Amino acid sequence: MMLLIRRTEEKIGELYPEQEMKCAVHLSIGEEASAVGVCAALRGDDVIYSTHRCHAHYLAKGGNLKRMVAELYGKAAGCCRGKGGSMHLADPEVGMMGSSAIVAGSIPLAVGSALAFSMKGNDRVAVALFGDGGAEQGSFTECLSFASLKSLPVIFVCENNLYATHTHISARQSKDNIHQRGEPYGVPGTQIDGNDVLAVYEAAFQAVERCRLGKGPSLLECRTYRWRGHVGPDYDYDLGYRSKQELEEWMRRCPILTYERSLVSAGICSQSDLDLIREEVDEEVARAVTFAKSSPEPEMDELLQDVY
Amino acid sequence: MKENQAIRQAKYVEAIGEALVQAMECDERVFVMGIGVDDPTGVFGSTRPAFKRFGKKRVFTIPLSENAITGVGIGAALSGLRPIMVHARNDFLLLTMDQLVNHAAKWSYMAGGRMKVPFTIRAIIGRGWGQGPQHSQSLQALFVHTPGLKVVMPATPYDAKGLLLASIGDDCPVIFIEHRRLYDTVGPVPEETYTVPLGKGAVRREGRDVTVVASSLMVLEALQASQLLQSDGIAAEVIDLRTLSPLDDELVFDSVRKTGRLVVADTGWETCGVAAEVSARVASNVFGSLKAPIRRVCLPNSPTPTCPSLEKEFYPGAEDIAAAVRTVVGRGKEPMRPRASARTQESWDKGFTGPF
Repeated sequence: MMLLIRRTEEKIGELYPEQEMKCAVHLSIGEEASAVGVCAALRGDDVIYSTHRCHAHYLAKGGNLKRMVAELYGKAAGCCRGKGGSMHLADPEVGMMGSSAIVAGSIPLAVGSALAFSMKGNDRVAVALFGDGGAEQGSFTECLSFASLKSLPVIFVCENNLYATHTHISARQSKDNIHQRGEPYGVPGTQIDGNDVLAVYEAAFQAVERCRLGKGPSLLECRTYRWRGHVGPDYDYDLGYRSKQELEEWMRRCPILTYERSLVSAGICSQSDLDLIREEVDEEVARAVTFAKSSPEPEMDELLQDVY
Repeated sequence: MKENQAIRQAKYVEAIGEALVQAMECDERVFVMGIGVDDPTGVFGSTRPAFKRFGKKRVFTIPLSENAITGVGIGAALSGLRPIMVHARNDFLLLTMDQLVNHAAKWSYMAGGRMKVPFTIRAIIGRGWGQGPQHSQSLQALFVHTPGLKVVMPATPYDAKGLLLASIGDDCPVIFIEHRRLYDTVGPVPEETYTVPLGKGAVRREGRDVTVVASSLMVLEALQASQLLQSDGIAAEVIDLRTLSPLDDELVFDSVRKTGRLVVADTGWETCGVAAEVSARVASNVFGSLKAPIRRVCLPNSPTPTCPSLEKEFYPGAEDIAAAVRTVVGRGKEPMRPRASARTQESWDKGFTGPF
């Protein structure tokens, strides 16, 4: 799954300059482990809410690759019929409840789903995915408070990639301690190596168990890094807000290569197995792009549909 | 309304309270949250019956975190519940604008219609008795401006119940704006459940000379104005919009086609307000029927003053509507705003003693 996300986003980055994909794309290349680790710990009927950087979350939750790429191309076959685009991927059938481009905007919605699960008395879990910038918004704090008050089955997952747009966390937060922000509200927090998919899975699994037992919310801070720029396919270290050296250090900690090496060294699979998987993934991505490009645009009368 | 003359009389606030109870009885997905909804006063008594009947599990207070809890309501609606959020003053909705405008209004559209947000937000307009600049605003225009939100403003006890039940049953986010000064008004309210359809206005009084379009408290003012105008031999047709979004254009257009004149009265400010929207739609669609320029009767362009003398001057009423009508029918000079001392006091305004 991590490889599928990586190759999909690399393909998006490659095709973006063609000017056929006319929406702002925010790539999460380098951050795949947190999306996959968290979603692997969830059931199909659990739900997630995401942000403008939502491709990985959508795919990790079981979203349809063809419909996702078609959405980016603004086609009627897209998962949101072309009306959401890259920043608003949604697919209620797989529990991807939507993505907000307003920083921290979807955190309360996840808490709302958790409230619904709690009131209905089932054991489903809701996850709010957001970035380090989202942790600065008041609604994050308000939600920690309310979720704790009601002991709701919600997991707050902060993918801390150190940057909000082009600004480093040190210029925005007095303390680099997002995982501790739940403590005043009684919400336990953990900081995890967000590039270690098994570590993320393990922490998410425990948080999910806590939710299912009715013990309330948890906060996970996944430390990771965004290889590409805030928006679009470029690496943008040339803008000067981060160094090429910093980027290269994080690229050496690639979540996919690290995991592949551990699989090979543990004898679970061979390098040729991995090559074969890579080939299959690339074919799947190519099929999705062909599907998206050849799909029809929405009909003009769809403009005013679904407003009310 | 004529057919309901014989039915039970009830207050506007009782109609709202009854609608909540009946909605919760009919549908276990409905719940009520808001600051103080379960306290002894129960938001002017409007949530008290529901709390008494269903208790804290389905009628519960919230932290003072309006924006986040609005998002919580959206999420709960997306996951199969039908939340009702209550604000004792509509001024507090300004804290929730991100969740209302960026999220509630757009979630269904952004998802290509694959999700719905059946979420009702009740908010009350304060007025008079020193409510001041931050407890008296009439903010409906902000919400009407946003596609994806429905906006409802009931004027009568009958509509308060019927429109609230329709709002709770609707699959869209609905901003349901009540007027505190209507809470004690009495009118026919059937005991059984019924709905008043969203998007449909009502002719409250038929007339041939001028159309007066109003909503909420201004409907009462317009009806009083129509009585004042009778002695001048002017027959005003009074239209109650009931729902501001969607707006019942055709009802307004038909009336203007008949009367050829339009006065729009709104509880909000004039600039970019609901009255401006109604005026523009009439001018764009039935301009040929107009025999005179359109006039608006709205709040003067200032925050609400708290002191009684200026506060009384601030609010337009029946006299102002009557003056505007006399102008458009050619029976009066360009109106000065009548001095507050010259205005009549309607029954809904008598005996109001605060504190809020």
